[in-house]
Amino acid sequence: MIEIKDLVVKYRRQKQETVALDGINLRMASGDIYTFIGPSGCGKSTLLYVLSGILREYTGKVTIDGHGIDPKTQRIGLILQNYGLLPWKNVYQNITLGIRIKNGQELLDDYGQYILEQLGIESLLDRYPKELSGGQQQRVAIARAFILQPDLLLMDEPFSALDAISREELQDLFLKIWKENNVTTAFITHSVDEALYLGSKIVVFSAAPGRILEVVDNPCFRLDNLRFRDEYYDMCMQLRKILNKGWALGAGKQ
Amino acid sequence: MLASNKWKGAIYSLVLVIIIWQALSWVLKLPIIPSPWAVLINILNIFSSKIQIHLLYSLGRIMGGIALSILLGVPLGFLMGYFEKVDRLLSPLVYFTYPVPKIALLPIIMLLFGLGEASKLIMIVLIVIFQIIITSRDAVKGIPQEIFRSLQSLGANRLQVFKEIIIPASMADVLTATRLALGTAVSILFFTETFGTQYGMGFFIMDAWMRVNYLDMYAGIVILSLMGFLLFTLIDLQEKRISGWR
Repeated sequence: MIEIKDLVVKYRRQKQETVALDGINLRMASGDIYTFIGPSGCGKSTLLYVLSGILREYTGKVTIDGHGIDPKTQRIGLILQNYGLLPWKNVYQNITLGIRIKNGQELLDDYGQYILEQLGIESLLDRYPKELSGGQQQRVAIARAFILQPDLLLMDEPFSALDAISREELQDLFLKIWKENNVTTAFITHSVDEALYLGSKIVVFSAAPGRILEVVDNPCFRLDNLRFRDEYYDMCMQLRKILNKGWALGAGKQ
Repeated sequence: MLASNKWKGAIYSLVLVIIIWQALSWVLKLPIIPSPWAVLINILNIFSSKIQIHLLYSLGRIMGGIALSILLGVPLGFLMGYFEKVDRLLSPLVYFTYPVPKIALLPIIMLLFGLGEASKLIMIVLIVIFQIIITSRDAVKGIPQEIFRSLQSLGANRLQVFKEIIIPASMADVLTATRLALGTAVSILFFTETFGTQYGMGFFIMDAWMRVNYLDMYAGIVILSLMGFLLFTLIDLQEKRISGWR
């Protein structure tokens, strides 16, 4: 369970203060995927940086299972839009980075091997990131995160730099592996389609400063062949309406 | 394929130098420009008996100097690159001392550290270290912030950040800086070896010159160049090996 209470994050840039997140309250149940959707610059990524322990300057309270955020004790898997791989390490060294730092473990165990096979990257182990396509790099980043067996998985628009075909392929692959693990996941996206496809709960953000407009239960999650069903299109419409309403409000205030 | 091209290039340029040298010696017919063949034969004759020991001394000094510069300069550069405060404190000092012609310091160094090995080593370090400090600092500063995020979210400590990110990200740049500084280092080495020593290529060449033994003098110059070439190639190979990811 992740609890966020009255979270406010302010950035200070050349004496000017910008509010990135304003009064965020959210309880995320364990074992769910929460997708966060909102216009760009609404502070979604800021929230992710708070949850990952990278950003420490905030007011309010954020806890994971009752404890404050501390990447040293918690296992947090982070997957970024630009993959976050270390360019001077080959695929194998990148994949084992998490377990190397967390467990002091240099070698992949059976579970690690299984994840590699699931992601189809077991033949790329001695390549460097620059020798891989974007989709392959993101597979490596996903493998690294899952092999860590994290308590919390944080994903910041991980598929948005990929072409449509690799994106849908990786979304399916990610869901497949996720369903075997059920890691609590916060998934940032700017795509309505992705939010619906991957989120069991959808958190809708307003334009900057980021506030939560609504947390929507997604009845479509866990349905098969989702993109071919009417429910999916109904939910799409519903979500777009919430988004438009919120953004219109935001625009009206300015 | 590329490697063999490089070797071909080295051989072509060597042949070109020999042709020009030979032509000069034919045209000028002066004892101060002997033919390359005479020098080559002289090298073969005296290398093991006369030159070897001097070469070993010079090699030892230059490698020791470079090793010391890396050992001192790289950690200092890393600290300056990683901690803004250290950089603010030390950068002015580095910028202030970097342009000082180090050769002008030789008399002072000799007075302070004597005529022996220490002052020779210190001179080489003084030449090489600045480039290494500045390059390692800039290499660390050039690492994008996002790269650090994966490690921060894993709760990595400073030591792990240095081991996983900072050292591998900047080693290739450090070697490039070393290679650039090497040329100056060899000429400084030559200069320092003309004082207070009986060993070293600098001593050998100057000694041959004083004895008006031009064949020996050229033999020394050729060996010194070959030493430089060897060191450049060694650094080049290391650079290739550790920057395969680029």
